[in-house]
Amino acid sequence: MESLTLSDVEQKYYSELFVYCDTDNTKKVASNGRVLDLFRAAQLPSEVVLQITELCGATRLGHFGRSQFYIALKLIAIAQSGLPLRVESLNSVKDLPLPRFVVGKNEAEARHAALYQDADSQGLYPAPGTALIPRPPGRGHQNKKGPPSSTSLPAHEVIQPLAPSIEAQPEPTSPVISPHQSPPTSPHSWRKHKRQHSGGNADRQQVVAATGAVWTQFREPQTGPVTGDGMWSSHSPPPPLPPSQESWVSFTADTPPSSTLPAMHPSSVQESTTIRTVASAATTNEIQRQSSGYDDPWKITDEQRQYYINQFKTIQPDLTGLIPGSAAKEFFTKSKLPILELSHIWELSDFDKDGALTLDEFCAAFHLVVARKNGYDLPEKLPESLMPKLIDLDDSAEVPEPAAEVGYSASPVEVTPNKSPSMPSLNQAWPEMNQSNEDTAIVHPVPIRMTPSKIHMQEMELKRTGSDHNHPTSPLLAKPPELSEETKLPPSMKFVAANTVGDGYSSSDSFTSDQEPITRQRSQSGASPDALKAVAPPPPPPRPQQSHSRSSSLDMNRTFAAPAAPGQPQPSAIAFPPAVPPRPLPTQSSVPLTGHRVEAEGVPAGGAGLTTTSPQQIPQQPNFADFSQFQAFAASEQPSSLPDIDKHSEAGQADKISEGAGPLRAVKSDGPADERTSATVNSAKGSSGPLAPPPKPVRRRLKSEDELRPEDEQIGPQKAGAIAAPLTSQPSIPRSIGKDKKAIQASIRRNKETNTVLARLNSELQQQLKDLLEERISLEVQLEQLRPFSHL
Amino acid sequence: MAVCIAVIAKENYPLYIRSVPSQNELKFHYTVHTSLDVVEEKVSAVGKSLADQRELYLGLLYPTEDYKVYGYVTNSKVKFVIVVDSSNTSLRDNEIRSMFRKLHNSFTDVMCNPFYNPGDPIQSKAFNGIVSGMMVQTG
Repeated sequence: MESLTLSDVEQKYYSELFVYCDTDNTKKVASNGRVLDLFRAAQLPSEVVLQITELCGATRLGHFGRSQFYIALKLIAIAQSGLPLRVESLNSVKDLPLPRFVVGKNEAEARHAALYQDADSQGLYPAPGTALIPRPPGRGHQNKKGPPSSTSLPAHEVIQPLAPSIEAQPEPTSPVISPHQSPPTSPHSWRKHKRQHSGGNADRQQVVAATGAVWTQFREPQTGPVTGDGMWSSHSPPPPLPPSQESWVSFTADTPPSSTLPAMHPSSVQESTTIRTVASAATTNEIQRQSSGYDDPWKITDEQRQYYINQFKTIQPDLTGLIPGSAAKEFFTKSKLPILELSHIWELSDFDKDGALTLDEFCAAFHLVVARKNGYDLPEKLPESLMPKLIDLDDSAEVPEPAAEVGYSASPVEVTPNKSPSMPSLNQAWPEMNQSNEDTAIVHPVPIRMTPSKIHMQEMELKRTGSDHNHPTSPLLAKPPELSEETKLPPSMKFVAANTVGDGYSSSDSFTSDQEPITRQRSQSGASPDALKAVAPPPPPPRPQQSHSRSSSLDMNRTFAAPAAPGQPQPSAIAFPPAVPPRPLPTQSSVPLTGHRVEAEGVPAGGAGLTTTSPQQIPQQPNFADFSQFQAFAASEQPSSLPDIDKHSEAGQADKISEGAGPLRAVKSDGPADERTSATVNSAKGSSGPLAPPPKPVRRRLKSEDELRPEDEQIGPQKAGAIAAPLTSQPSIPRSIGKDKKAIQASIRRNKETNTVLARLNSELQQQLKDLLEERISLEVQLEQLRPFSHL
Repeated sequence: MAVCIAVIAKENYPLYIRSVPSQNELKFHYTVHTSLDVVEEKVSAVGKSLADQRELYLGLLYPTEDYKVYGYVTNSKVKFVIVVDSSNTSLRDNEIRSMFRKLHNSFTDVMCNPFYNPGDPIQSKAFNGIVSGMMVQTG
């Protein structure tokens, strides 16, 4: 490359820029976003930029080495001053102003720039964008100095080589001193934010300076609050700063610039790929902030927030929902930040560590990405203002410090920032939980095997304390879905209590530490013994899980609920199927049925004599036909006993059939007629086989066939006897007797059915009881085994 | 008082290993490596279907010279190994357990990060922080 001679100022400036662009610290800058953005910010036509790139040799090499970068910068300066781009001109042009870049993207640059105070008129570090920061007063003077800059200021801060006027800022601590030196006229575009970052690092205040005005893109009036600010601390006597800066509220001038910003914003918003578009009317916010006396470098302004929310919607239309990790990953990868940084941002912003982002978390992440892109270093810890919380970002609504931010909802509804995560809070949570649980419609206390999962859930909530406060609505709303996957613990179970182990939490360490594995329950099924043990101390919360929990058996719920609720109906319903077809008329009805069928298939039940009469009878009484089939079925079970009787009664059957129908119907009032019909249908269809089989399966639907069979058989003989009696006796007499007997037998049958059902329930309960006892024993054993360790 | 903390993946390659720098780190690497054998032994011995906390915590793997090695395995066969200096007052079992629990939790947090590909070395600052805390506290 052609040799390049740079003045000191240029040298420094370029090296700053290079460092800025050299995100990977590889000493060579690929054509990554920063470089391109920087070049774009030079406001040169793209072909010029291309030309420059070519000239400096980057296209050849494929990347910008340090020398190429410098050359490019110099060429930019040349181009900006209107000179033709020539390689020769690199060294020939004298007194070339430093390249100008619009709007600071680069916080780091500003910081670096601050380090260098150059009295050189040209050399004044315009550190792109934020250079203004260190030199607020310089900015003011900048107006005087550079006409172009002043004109462009309204639109956006142009970093220009500022006449060092104020540069008198002697030392790196310029901002601090500058106030004193430069009359308040300066703050033309100066925006000062009094910062009271919770970090309490007054150093940062300097940076705050003109940031706001500077950034069209990244509207944060704050500068990287935490990390990188180590640099600040190196230079700047904080003390003098605050008071002086206070006097600097020169926002009025800012409004014009800021007003243009929103205009710019939309355009930049268009690019979804670059996340830099965080324009916002910082002014009002800043003013507010100033007035409120609280300033947070990481605060999200309303515009920014709105933008974030819109972006959130593109991924997840439901604002209370969650963005899954993979989607968030794709989205943030578009910002072209290195994966490591994105990973760090994720760690910071995913407050509840669930692998998904709520709206607040997403905004925080987005904000951090924007900050990073603008050169802010990522904080080690999530700044307060970015912590997900219920309250909208507002100065007034500042959330208490993170440490105390045991944000959690003692009750499922309110958010009571409980500063002292202690047992009392736990206790508070319990009663509320009780109340809320009572609301859940619990049929009746059912011993459900829920402890492990429920405790896990509790622990998880306990651990999530810090974040709990967060989930304004979304978490609370989102919780249920989350819960559903884990346990059905109602949100009220968020006991806030001690979030992290580190907190000076009142409960014992073991308690908190035990919670942790449980919090991981979602990833591991183990830890149940510990979970159970850990929960032992606090009074076990009411069992909300009667509704449902992962470990509880749904069947049980249903099983218990169902029988309990319906109670009688079921048994009676069950009772029906086997029901009741009035036995006394088995032969009567069966005969006619079997009549026409027997001929077809020699049904055992009926005699064949009634063929003629039976068909007539049957069609006339279709309902009855069902019953008769049924009876035929029943009767068929006792083929041996009945056949002769049937035959005997053949003649009298016809009459009795009709009568039988009546009582039959009466007896089976609520009988599942459909069953009958189906039985009928079955028999009708399955006429091939004997009548008996079709009805049988139908009948058995509701109950085990085994149970039915014996019953039927038991009843059968009785019925047979009953049948015999009426049959033999006079028609009138048998009728009355038959009715009584039918009723009794029906009720007997019903009771037997009920008995069976209850017996089944009993057996199931016994089974559950056994299981629970087993569990209990195992837990006790574990407790015993672990007890000696606890004394260690 | 951890002198060295290591996270080893299922395939027995280290995801994260960090020692108190004062000592010869290579020695600890070797120690951790040899401890893997013991871990395998214990894991196979356990063999129960239930994976409860106790089984996750493997306890003292083996004591040597002036340090002891503790092991912990997760359900996904990721192993945590802590090497503790014996010269310090021996830690209670509970404390070691709590250390493992913390490790496990931070590890899970790392896993939850969508930008982390399982199998990559762990570069999470939060994780580093936790580990430092554990190592520092042991002084």
